[in-house]
Amino acid sequence: MQSSSRHPAGSSLTKHRRGGDFGSYGRGLPALSMATVVAIALALALVFFYAPLEAEEGFLQKIFYIHVPLAIVALCGFVIGGLLAIQHLRTRDPKWDFRSYVAIHMSLIFALGALITGSIWARGSWGHWWVWSEPTLVSFLIVFLLYATYQPLRFSIEDPERQSRYASVFAITAGAFVPLNFIAVRLSSAYLHPRVLGSASNLPGPMRLTFLVSLGAISLLFVTLCKYELAAKHTRAQVRALRRRLAGEGVELPRRGRSAAPSATTIAAGRSGA
Amino acid sequence: MSARAEAPSRGEHTAPPRPAARANPPSLAATVGALLRKELLVELRTLESVPGMSLFAVTTFVVFHFALNRNSVEGDLAAGILWVTLLFAAILGVNRLFVADAEEGGFDGFLLAPVDRSAMFLSKALALLAYLAVLELVAVPAFALLLLGPSLGQAMPGLLAVLALGDLGVAVIGTLVAGLAVRTRARDLLGALLALPLLVPIVIGGARATAPMFTLTHATGPPGRWLLTLGLYDLVFGLIAFALFDFLLED
Repeated sequence: MQSSSRHPAGSSLTKHRRGGDFGSYGRGLPALSMATVVAIALALALVFFYAPLEAEEGFLQKIFYIHVPLAIVALCGFVIGGLLAIQHLRTRDPKWDFRSYVAIHMSLIFALGALITGSIWARGSWGHWWVWSEPTLVSFLIVFLLYATYQPLRFSIEDPERQSRYASVFAITAGAFVPLNFIAVRLSSAYLHPRVLGSASNLPGPMRLTFLVSLGAISLLFVTLCKYELAAKHTRAQVRALRRRLAGEGVELPRRGRSAAPSATTIAAGRSGA
Repeated sequence: MSARAEAPSRGEHTAPPRPAARANPPSLAATVGALLRKELLVELRTLESVPGMSLFAVTTFVVFHFALNRNSVEGDLAAGILWVTLLFAAILGVNRLFVADAEEGGFDGFLLAPVDRSAMFLSKALALLAYLAVLELVAVPAFALLLLGPSLGQAMPGLLAVLALGDLGVAVIGTLVAGLAVRTRARDLLGALLALPLLVPIVIGGARATAPMFTLTHATGPPGRWLLTLGLYDLVFGLIAFALFDFLLED
């Protein structure tokens, strides 16, 4: 509701360019990108040249520094998507739905990465591509399968307002499901296999430092990619809005490709129709 | 929010027939009772959900018999078959739960009535709970007759407790998911896809709690740990679904 006061209806081109809260998506992106590149380079250097070889698994264990941060960041992204969705339902400002969508979309990609690296790790250390005795991996798969229905849900609702509202309800439910599911699956399985590293707290010093730097680097990567997606989608929406204005009112421009993202009209307008 | 304020003035004809309804809207319990009566009456007259669910469950037991090539099952396997069958039968009911409301204008009628929106969620969840109870009245004896090795006698009280807690969770999550899926294009597909992952913890808790009761020695009752897990899951998702369901009903 604040944005509507700052953002009156009859917006000229210059007003539109500043675009209220939406204009800030690209700000600081070059610096953030540089920081991400440096952090990832530093993390990789630490992983390969500083962290000691693990006694039992040797070199293979180094995938831990990629796999676990990917999984943690993906899960946090899912929960953040839920929190942003709460904000959307409270304020009815479509920008929160837009952010929630981007957080969940990016988390899905990170989660896929975590599943693939986890599977490689399991193959290397236990001899199987998939193990059911590792509760974290199993609950991760369940969460991934649930979130895989987020985009189909958005696709199959036409009305943009209802699409964003239903997507938020889903995002909150699924966000609450993430921790509950982990508890339930962990309860269900005994620890048949020795767990290399349960949490960061029982790591030896150099390994812990490497892990924390990797976690920071992957988190930065997540934030940077989210900002890129926000900026790109928002710019595309604005271009569409401008093109529509050039073509004249009531002309429907052809859509290229299919996307489950919040509709261009609501992103560019920056507020709901209410 | 403004629609909520002006609703009472528009829809008096759809309010439950109570003289006091004009001055103060009916209580939540009265509304839930009226809606639940409508649900059960519709189901009794059309018989669209429960007979189908029950028949599906019995047929699935026959399919399991041939698929596993076993005349009787016990322990983990028996618990798994029972819970998977009940889960899939429940999803049939979940997919049908709001179809009549979406297609015949039930949502519009409800939204025009000067009543609390939460009544819709509560009445639908109670109706689904009733369907599940009837389903189990058919499916559990059929399971004992067709597939289960050990007799059910001693396990009955424990099994009833586990089934009750499981049903509660399925009813709550099923109602939320049905509300999410019913007005989408891929309704039937999305209902199942959304419900299954959310119900995995119920299956874990239900199957793990049931397995020791289906052993030939009748070793133990249901482990308290799993009953507690099921109960907590029901409680948390009950609160989440109750809080979020109103947002599905705004247009």
